[in-house]
Amino acid sequence: MVDATPRAERDIPPAEVPELELYHPKSWWTTYVFSQDAKVIAIQYSGTAVAIGLVALVLSWLMRLQLGFPGTFDFITPEAYYQFITMHGMIMVIYLLTALFLGGFGNYLIPLMVGARDMVFPYVNMLSFWIYLLAVLVLAASFFAPGGPTGAGWTLYPPQAILGGTPGGQDWGIILMLVSLILFIIGFTMGGLNYAVTVIQGRTRGMTLMRMPLTVWGIFTATVMALLAFPALFVACVMMLFDRVLGTSFFMPALVEMGEQLSYGGGSPILFQHLFWFFGHPEVYIVALPAFGIVSDLISTHARKNIFGYRMMVWAIVIIGALSFIVWAHHMYVSGMHPWFGFFFATTTLIIAVPTAIKVYNWVLTLWRGDIHLTVPMLFALAFIVTFVNGGLTGLFLGNVVVDVPLSDTMFVVAHFHMVMGVAPIMVIFGAIYHWYPKITGRMLEDWMGQFHFWVTFVGSYAIFFPMHYVGLVGVPRRYPEIGEAAFMTAPVDNLNAFISVAALIVGFAQMVFLFNLVWSLRFGKEAGPNPWRATSLEWQTPTTPPPHGNWGDERPVVYRWAYDYSVPGAPEDFIPQNDPWPEKVAARPA
Amino acid sequence: MAVALILVLVVLGSILFHILSPWWWTPIASNWGYIDDTLIITFWITGAVFSAVILFMAYCVYRFRHKEGAKAAYQPESKRLEWWLTIVTAVGVAAMLAPGLYVWSQFVTVPDDATEVEVVGQQWQWNYRLPGEDGKLGKSDNRLVTFENPLGIDPEDPAGQDDIVIEAGDLHLPIDKPVKMLLRSIDVLHDFYVPEFRAKMDMVPGMVTYFWFTPTRTGTFEVLCAELCGTGHGYMRGIVAVETEEDYLAWLEGQSTFAELSAPQKLGAAEEAEP
Repeated sequence: MVDATPRAERDIPPAEVPELELYHPKSWWTTYVFSQDAKVIAIQYSGTAVAIGLVALVLSWLMRLQLGFPGTFDFITPEAYYQFITMHGMIMVIYLLTALFLGGFGNYLIPLMVGARDMVFPYVNMLSFWIYLLAVLVLAASFFAPGGPTGAGWTLYPPQAILGGTPGGQDWGIILMLVSLILFIIGFTMGGLNYAVTVIQGRTRGMTLMRMPLTVWGIFTATVMALLAFPALFVACVMMLFDRVLGTSFFMPALVEMGEQLSYGGGSPILFQHLFWFFGHPEVYIVALPAFGIVSDLISTHARKNIFGYRMMVWAIVIIGALSFIVWAHHMYVSGMHPWFGFFFATTTLIIAVPTAIKVYNWVLTLWRGDIHLTVPMLFALAFIVTFVNGGLTGLFLGNVVVDVPLSDTMFVVAHFHMVMGVAPIMVIFGAIYHWYPKITGRMLEDWMGQFHFWVTFVGSYAIFFPMHYVGLVGVPRRYPEIGEAAFMTAPVDNLNAFISVAALIVGFAQMVFLFNLVWSLRFGKEAGPNPWRATSLEWQTPTTPPPHGNWGDERPVVYRWAYDYSVPGAPEDFIPQNDPWPEKVAARPA
Repeated sequence: MAVALILVLVVLGSILFHILSPWWWTPIASNWGYIDDTLIITFWITGAVFSAVILFMAYCVYRFRHKEGAKAAYQPESKRLEWWLTIVTAVGVAAMLAPGLYVWSQFVTVPDDATEVEVVGQQWQWNYRLPGEDGKLGKSDNRLVTFENPLGIDPEDPAGQDDIVIEAGDLHLPIDKPVKMLLRSIDVLHDFYVPEFRAKMDMVPGMVTYFWFTPTRTGTFEVLCAELCGTGHGYMRGIVAVETEEDYLAWLEGQSTFAELSAPQKLGAAEEAEP
């Protein structure tokens, strides 16, 4: 039964190479600004992601004002509306979720959790952040460019993305968007190589792959996927930039715009869609897998119980990662590609539901006979399960090709992907911040503010996105600034839309409480101590909290067991840290 | 306790909303009732799974919440249980996929007696073309699009001369006759979407896409564009009228062919050219 927790001495090989000297910063600038310490880079990534994420939050309020109360706000023209939804979508998916999970959590947690002193290429890691920051600035610049940002939708489908009928198509908007994405991918690749190589090469003695916390497995697999998927977006962006600036026709067939024959010819709009979704579908899992990993650790720690079926959980992550590369065209069932593709992609898409369902079962089975502490991180983990199961199940509607036909391009799709890759991963992000903030700052986040933030966010988000499915079921297409009067609607959706908008505003304002809590607790939060949650994984065993540059003092930890030895029968406490050799000899816990 | 209760309320609230809310799909007007059936099967299966998982979770939260002195069980894994759950899930997934693929095979197999009707999208209006008496649509090319020839019909192709051209007008269809909708665009992506027909498909410049259906109910139905096509996207609406054979033929009588439309327009253009 316990062969999932190998603890034989043979798993701890002797050190093969002497430790390398870390680069030690010599000035304030190289310590806090141009830092090569993964933990500082993590904070920089996270701060930038949250800052641009707040822009996306405000954009979501503006679009909800339009949808809930059409005609009330004169400044929200159709052009402005399309610019809001485009920028909101792109910021949330790429610049917030991807950057925060990989650049933020990846940088902070990977070295600490595998017992490394830092990432393996600290200098490249630093460059990664600065290029990311540049990408964000270029993106933000498009708000001030002539014509404003692009309004092509976050999918940027040509030909409209680079034509005059779309905001920013013939102005600077689309160019800045494409340049920003290209920069982002360059920056990400530098960071991503670091995360992957650190997991493969930088683990401490005894930290076998099958002893790694699932957080590391999730981030590692997502990183490898991103390294394979982002190049497809990269070439798509470069080619579209050529079409727009140099007049090439990679994605542009012969066409007539507003009565005028354009000089394009011979290109394929569908080629872009294949490239985009070859990136875009793995992207969903690039966001989801780190969330899967982190939430596993939150549930296990706060339920004081080992994650159920660890090995199955690892394999599920790897299998989902692999399968996600052969399901991309389920975004294109009604794109006009050859209809026989539908059979293949519907089958692969529904197969991926099986390993995903196993993960859900194992999360709830971890709760079974646990000792559940309903801390704020645990509450967010439970909310993740609710929203992820809900959003995952509606994926079975859209993945099953013929069911997708009536629902495709309706608000049902919007509700689905917000629930599954918006709300659910963001629940994990919040849970993770409440969980690791004590390690990062040495202080606890204020609990009552956390409780308030949780309840408003969870109940509010569900109230936004659950009814939205039914707006789509009625038949309302997505990307309509207003539906107006339409005979097909069985019941008017105005009231429902207004309700959703009010809920969205309330949830948005609750985030201000969270931001206040982050700042307030920095100074006034309770002292956390090194391991407030009594957790097993290595980051909680550092000799100093917050961990200093180099993480581990004189000697790196040696790992004797997996990360899930909670409530082990006979053990003196209900958790055994990974670097504790119990029962071989009594451990000397780090102070 | 409160947490468990709220989880239960989330499940109950979702089910009640599903049953009691007035927001549901519009009554069908095509042969694709099978699509609705598959949707209903999917609702039942996913609804049951959602309720089971969340209620189980709520029970765990209630039953195993932290109590002074309590200790969690130690059970790393259970191969038996994991395999059972995998198999049950696979069966459930197959129960949705099988009818889905079966209906899809019908959806992509156009019956031989289907009449061809062409829809041409442009920013931001719907144009249509029906084959004339020869039953064939003439060749077309976006390169041939001009003010006088908005659909880019090839004037050299004799099959195109009798094609009926409807620019920015309503489309009429006879009831109970299968139609193959051929979809073209002269500028950007569009998507021909009539909620009552359940079917939709993108229109891509440079290619001809298609879907088929049989109208089963008379009435006028709204056409919406379902693929973002620029700032007018939300306002790109049109009308399809499904009529009895008689009414349809009467309407067809009043339409103009490509040949009729090009002749007077050439004269008109010549007159305009004069000072």
